[in-house]
Amino acid sequence: MSKVQLSNVTKTYPNGAEAVRGVDMEVESGEFIVFVGPSGCGKSTLLRMVAGLESVTDGQIQIDDRLINDVSPADRDVAMVFQNYALYPHMTVHGNMSYGLKNRGMPKQEINAKVVEAAKMLKIEDFLDRQPNQLSGGQRQRVAMGRAIVREPKVFLFDEPLSNLDAKLRVQMRIEIKRLQRRMNVTSIYVTHDQTEAMTLADRLAVINEGKIEQMGAPIELYNNPATLFVASFIGSPQINLLPAMFDGQYLSSGDLKLEGFVDLPQSKELVLGIRPDELRLSDDGQFPMRVDIVEQHGSDNLIYGAILGAEQESDEETEFCFKTSQDMLPELESNLTLGFDVDRALVFHKDTGERLR
Amino acid sequence: MKRVQFEHSAIPYLFVAPQIVIIVIFFLWPAAQAIYQSFLLEDAWGLSSQFVWFRNYADTILSESWLQAAGFTLVFSTLVTFLSLSLALLLAVKANEVIRGASTYKTTLMWAYAIAPPVAGLMGNLMFNPLIGDLYKFFNAIGWDFNHKLDSFDAGFVVVLISVWKQVSVNFIFFLSGLQGIPKSVNEASMMDCRSPTRRFWTITFPLLAPTTFFLMVINITYAFFETFGIIDTTTRGAPGGATNTLVFKVFQDGFRGADLGGSSAQSVVLMLIVLALTVVQFRFIERKVHY
Amino acid sequence: MRNWNWRLISTHAILIVGVLFMSLPVWVAFATSTHSAEHILRNGLQIWPGGDFLSTYNEVLFVEGGVMKAVLGTTMLKNSLILGIGFAIGKVVISMLAAYAIVYFRFRLALPLFWIIFMTLLLPLEVRIIPSYEVVSGLGLLDTHVGLIVPLIASATGTFFFRQFFLSVPDELLEAARLDGATPWGFFIDILVPLSKTMIAAILIIMFVVGWNQYLWPLIMTTKEENYTLVIGIKQIYQILAEGGELPQYQKAFALTILATLPPVLVVLVFQNWFVKGLVESEK
Repeated sequence: MSKVQLSNVTKTYPNGAEAVRGVDMEVESGEFIVFVGPSGCGKSTLLRMVAGLESVTDGQIQIDDRLINDVSPADRDVAMVFQNYALYPHMTVHGNMSYGLKNRGMPKQEINAKVVEAAKMLKIEDFLDRQPNQLSGGQRQRVAMGRAIVREPKVFLFDEPLSNLDAKLRVQMRIEIKRLQRRMNVTSIYVTHDQTEAMTLADRLAVINEGKIEQMGAPIELYNNPATLFVASFIGSPQINLLPAMFDGQYLSSGDLKLEGFVDLPQSKELVLGIRPDELRLSDDGQFPMRVDIVEQHGSDNLIYGAILGAEQESDEETEFCFKTSQDMLPELESNLTLGFDVDRALVFHKDTGERLR
Repeated sequence: MKRVQFEHSAIPYLFVAPQIVIIVIFFLWPAAQAIYQSFLLEDAWGLSSQFVWFRNYADTILSESWLQAAGFTLVFSTLVTFLSLSLALLLAVKANEVIRGASTYKTTLMWAYAIAPPVAGLMGNLMFNPLIGDLYKFFNAIGWDFNHKLDSFDAGFVVVLISVWKQVSVNFIFFLSGLQGIPKSVNEASMMDCRSPTRRFWTITFPLLAPTTFFLMVINITYAFFETFGIIDTTTRGAPGGATNTLVFKVFQDGFRGADLGGSSAQSVVLMLIVLALTVVQFRFIERKVHY
Repeated sequence: MRNWNWRLISTHAILIVGVLFMSLPVWVAFATSTHSAEHILRNGLQIWPGGDFLSTYNEVLFVEGGVMKAVLGTTMLKNSLILGIGFAIGKVVISMLAAYAIVYFRFRLALPLFWIIFMTLLLPLEVRIIPSYEVVSGLGLLDTHVGLIVPLIASATGTFFFRQFFLSVPDELLEAARLDGATPWGFFIDILVPLSKTMIAAILIIMFVVGWNQYLWPLIMTTKEENYTLVIGIKQIYQILAEGGELPQYQKAFALTILATLPPVLVVLVFQNWFVKGLVESEK
């Protein structure tokens, strides 16, 4: 049971590139934290700094109040699961799992007991004598986790561990990781660019953008109350619908559209209106006229994509909205719908700063 | 370089030390010596020497015998490179085509790689021996007044033949692996687009082999320049009258047999420049290959 | 179908001619070595083996004065083996260590040292032969195994090969090993060396052949007959033949040729797959 503290952690590469710019964070004991963000946002760098694989340019990293900035990776008491598993290809599964313990000088019997126990937990006890190239992707993934588990670390680090698996296996392993973490109750930090993975796994989610934490909190909190335009558009699938708009004191207008019901917004500033696909509904007195382009049937529900007629256009492209509805709603292509929304649930952002206004 | 590396003060130095020490003693120091000596002129007894700037270069490189050796080396390496590459390419393409007996052909065509050039030279020398050599007798029997001891064309023919023979297997191995590296789907696509196998070869296969071919050209030129020493030394030894002297063989002759240190060193330095040029060409090519 | 058959036949014909061109000289050398000197002198080269195989090879290998004045064929065989094996092992050890340092460590002189190693490519023995001889003789290393092998093993080829291979090893392996508490030496021995097993085997085979076939360096390094390798012995027997005298012992020259050819050829044939892989990979 360990907590991890980052204060003003910064990473600047010798060529001047700033990968991480002053991150502050406290991870509680046993908590499952997920770093999520687009590729190149610095989330992996941050994780690798906790692991000790990248040096810390500035700031402090502490595990259980012990400053570990300059402690070697092996002495930090952390274990990591890599994206490509990083199994030692010439060692058996048993060899892979025991290597770290051997280096610590643990007696052989003890190592054996731990390896067998972990293997049972992961259902890989039948493969202990095989080499990694004789295993399937999912099995390799389990071995990589087993290697982390036997170390009984203070912190688990996961660097996009599921991205090399196919979709079905990914869901399966996602559930298994969650179950395992609950059971072992080890503080974990998990990096991913997949927002579904992030939402489902995390106790708390840190959305990272350009080396900074945009927002941190429980997944549902981030979904419902995004602090910035970036968080709003990154979290949620299908993506939130965005519409460029201006407020003139009475209407929130976008092109020819004049939307009613908005008050207390700054005037003559460029704004962005955000409405989640599942907040839209079919209604005769709705404010959005939509021309249906594509209907995707996902089984339980349908996604209807179409152009919002009359809305301001960012470029030559028409502004497209996505509308999530039930499976029995099947409009004709090119037909027009009228969509309504709940003004209280709509989000408005400042276009330039991305700051949320309401 | 690796993204993550060990940071350690002494260990890496310990690891590279053996190689660096040997290189300094046996590579850099002798090379520096060669460069230094190329500017010195020794008297006949080696008792005193004086600094003569580029006189050794002027004396040796402008000498008729050096120019003759340079000319022969040029012709020799062009012929050896072209012939051994063509022959190897032909055999590799054919070996890549057959299904039955493919591995037998492969094995029997590549094993000559393991034969040392001087051994090949001696074998060839005995084949061309006027007393017992069937090749010697054969050429004379078909009306070619063949005598490689006296005729410089015939002597050149002998060293080129042996040098080509020795080099075919290496080229064959690389060409075959290059051919096998061409994706099957590309071959299949070309079969649908083009009916003539010959045309397919020149328009699809050969261009795809270009990186291999270019690389092998550098390798073969280097071989013809340097490694054929063993062949020359066991066959013609430059005879008749220096007609089959390569530049490398001449360095050895002048330095060891003739004891002309300054002149031999000047020749060595010129050779270094040639190697440098070859290496630059090779690395340019590797850079290009990366962008391929 | 007719067309196709002709094509197949011509393909096989070309290949068979190629095989004969490559193999016949060596076969003739072997067949001739099994005939007596008189027979060869009278009838020229032989295509079928004769009856003197045992006596000739026995004389070449085991009888003093059989080929050289003093040295036995077996002694030359032993010297060749020492050169081939010593060269191969020395080269692998030295170049693996150096490549490991260059790829896996951050240290100030890494780049200059890399260039020093690179420079060996520009300095083949042939261009520095006389000063090299002077250095070795100055160190008192003429006619020694050390003097024969050590100067040959420092060239860059092996180091480049291993550097290339190490660079292709995923970075995550080092990271995982560091989290597992591996020391620099531990990572080398526990992970990198076992990982390179196939590569090491391939390089050992190629370097054995290269070492066995060394000619110029042993030629100037060895002054005593007892230090001759087979390849050098061949040059000597050639000179004896050229000088003439009594009945030229062609069969012995051919026998020595076969002896010098056999071990490297066997190694290449037996380990063909490793050898080809190593050769093709090393030149990338």
